[in-house]
Formats: sequence, C-alpha cells, structure tokens
Amino acid sequence: MIIVGEQINASRKSIEEAIEKRDAAFITKVAREQAEAGAHYIDVNAGTFLDQEVDYLCWLVETVQGEVDLPLCLDSSNPKALSEAMKRHKGEPMINSISLEKERFGSLLPAITSQPCHVVALCMGQTSMPTTVEERVEVGSKLIKELTKEGIPLEKIYVDPLVQPVSVDTSMGLATLEAIHKIMNDFPGVNTICGLSNISFGLPERRLINRNFLALCIAYGLSATILDPTDKQLMVTILTAEMLLGRDEYCENFIDAYQNGRLTEK
Amino acid sequence: MSEFQTLAEAVVKGDIKTAVAETQSALDAGSKVQSILDKGLIAAMDEVGDRYSKGLIFVPQMLRSAKTMKECMKLLQPFFREGDITSKGKVLIGTVKGDLHDIGKNLVAMMMEGAGFEIIDLGVDVPPEKFVQKAQEVEPDIVGMSALLSTTMPSMPKTIEALLKAGVRGKVKVMIGGAPVTEKYAQEIKADSYASDAGSAVSKAKELLGVS
Repeated sequence: MIIVGEQINASRKSIEEAIEKRDAAFITKVAREQAEAGAHYIDVNAGTFLDQEVDYLCWLVETVQGEVDLPLCLDSSNPKALSEAMKRHKGEPMINSISLEKERFGSLLPAITSQPCHVVALCMGQTSMPTTVEERVEVGSKLIKELTKEGIPLEKIYVDPLVQPVSVDTSMGLATLEAIHKIMNDFPGVNTICGLSNISFGLPERRLINRNFLALCIAYGLSATILDPTDKQLMVTILTAEMLLGRDEYCENFIDAYQNGRLTEK
Repeated sequence: MSEFQTLAEAVVKGDIKTAVAETQSALDAGSKVQSILDKGLIAAMDEVGDRYSKGLIFVPQMLRSAKTMKECMKLLQPFFREGDITSKGKVLIGTVKGDLHDIGKNLVAMMMEGAGFEIIDLGVDVPPEKFVQKAQEVEPDIVGMSALLSTTMPSMPKTIEALLKAGVRGKVKVMIGGAPVTEKYAQEIKADSYASDAGSAVSKAKELLGVS
C-alpha cells in the first residue's frame, strides 16, 4: 500500500498560517512526523492562496525536501504552479490531479509530460460527478487511455474513483469499491488511490467509518491512499487488512508491529 | 404545532406511513391546506433543520424527513390553486463556475424548500452570466452560491460583480456556503450572508428576508 501523507494542506488553518509566515520549522516538523509514520509521498497543497500559489508551492517543495528524503505529491490544479514546483522537485513527484473536466486535462498535460512523474487521475466527469460504478469506470478508462497515449506508463497512473458520502446515498460505498475492483482488473498494473473522509460526510464518528472503509477498499484492490499517516488507528487498519487478505507472509509485518509496540490503538 | 403534533412528529422521525395518514385525516377533517403545510410540515422541517445544525441528527435523517414531507405534499397539491399558497421567498441557487460538486447545494435547496421557500436550482458549474440572466428572468429574493473547492471560490465575487454590473445586485440578497467558505470570506466579497450548513441556511435566509 502506497501512502500519501495529507497533512501539509493549506485548507488546514495551522498549515495556512505556517505557509503565510514561511514557518519552515513547523512545515518540516509535520513532514518529518509523516515520514516517520510511514508515508511514501508527502502531499503539499497551497491551493487556498490562489495568486501566490506558485511561490508558496515552490517554497513548500524546497522546504519539505530539504528535510525529508521522500518524493512529494504536488497537489494543485494550477498548471503554472505545477510546472514550477516540478522544476524544483528532486526525484519523481506525484501530480494530484488531472481529470477530464473541460480545460483541466489540456492545461495540465504539458507539465505532466515535461518530466517523469506519477499522476493521480480523478474520475470527475466532464460536466458532472459520477454516481454509478459504470460512470466511474468509463471516466477512469478514458483517462488511462489518454494518459498512456501521452507516454505515461500504466504503473505511474493512480486512478481516483471518487468517494462520495454514504449519508446521501447508501449505494455510494459499493460504487467506489466496485469501481476500484473493475479498474484494477481491466488494467493490470495500474494503481488506484483515494482519500477517505468524503465517505463519512453527514454522519457521526467519522474516523470509525473512514478506517472501516479503508479496510474494504484494500480488500477490493486499492493500491494507494491519501491519509494522515500519524493516525495510528488508520495505519493499524492497513496492516491488519493486508494480513487478513493474505498479503503478509507468516504475518510477519503484523507481528513485527506488535513486538515493536506499534499495534497500539491509541 | 399543537393540532398537527402527530403529523409533525412523524415528519421529524421520517415515518412516511404515519405522516401521510395524518395528512389525509387532517384534510378529511376539513383543516386548511395552508395550516397543514405551515403548522405541520414546515414546522416539522424547521425542527429538523435546527436539530441538524446542532449536530443532534445527521444527513440520512434529514433526507428521510424531506422525503416524508414530499409524500405528504402530494396529498396537498391537488388543493393548491394559483396564489393559494404563500412562499417565504424565491431563491435562485447554484454551484459556481468550474465546480461540479452538488451535494451541499442540494441539501441546502432541499431544506429551503422544506421551509417554504421557492427554489430555482441552476445546477453545477454555473457561470456568472447564467446567474445574472436567470436572476433577471425570475427576480429572486435571494441568490445562493455554493463552492467546494478553494480554487473555485473566486467565481463567487465574480458572480457578485456580474450581478452588480447588470443592475441586479441591489434587488437580491446574496448567500454563500461550501466547505472552504467562511464568514470572513463572505464579508470580504460583500455577500449578504454565509451559512455553514443546510439547517442554518434556512435560518439565515429567513433573517435576510425578515420572515419567520
């Protein structure tokens, strides 16, 4: 399971303030904590700043990579911000995200094809959000075909099937899960990725819902996820689900985690 | 809600069967359609919105109550004659340009409708000119805008500016909402009101128009 740490996002008040004040110590601390908790990529987002997004995103790239030796997930829909951030990025970044929405695909393509990178392909339709499994798979397939045509290898594409709240429509959980399964089956080698928090909108005890949904996603074949890696319960859920699905030989990782005191639920 | 208390309670609970039966018996007993609507259904939905805002009930329960009200409305509809039913106000609503998210906007539209407002829903990805054109056509009391992305929020001031240029701004109240939107942002872009959820959208709209 590839883990993208989501904590450095300007829509969070503390991060927004830190970016504004160029508080490198705070940002590097959040980056370090996520890296130590097991993140493979650190997401960086300065989207709330709009006019200054280019500068702030570049600053985040340099600040975070000055601290941790990990690739970043560059989280922006601004072509200029992405291409400038990519120039400053060491190694292969993940770009979050491209979609088929009018204007978005064409405007982001030059950046994405300018250097090797991983790409999150969001199953957003051209004019509406997908609701059914079929709509998700259709948009996902189209994105995969367009991106591979542009020379991006299947293994570097992460299809995000879009998670929508079960509170509004109880079929939304399965719609995402079955889309994950179908996309992974139809395109062997491709990745699927999703965030978790949308699933629980409008309901109480959201963290409980999120982590159970994560276990189900893993069972349906999800290969990457955007989450808070410092949330121990989430990380324990991944470890346990993978063992139960036969992906942890001799239950080694699970037992290791126990013996190292990492199986705590707190 | 005294004389329609059983009806109102059934709507709050989302008990369609009881609510429909209560509506029918109120009609049979000769109650005024407007009274059943105001003191039964709308009073119940006000309660639902209030409980939701306070975190006492959750989205599925709110949806269930709205569905219950809708079923009751089917019984009342044949009695509505032109001008018979008074609306609390006309609300033009939509998700702003560049944004395809509709869940929050739909919840707000649903609760406003349940509270007795007339809703004209423009859907998603609505450009400023469409807000303007429709506002000129239907002359709403309120223009409501929703955005879920920080990147699409700037469509809100653009729409307000377009309303201003078209000479419509002075005739409508502008309400905004959505996950990244704040009270502070509403003040910055000179919107008239900000609502944090579907329940408070109803009370804010009533405040704006001075209705109860």
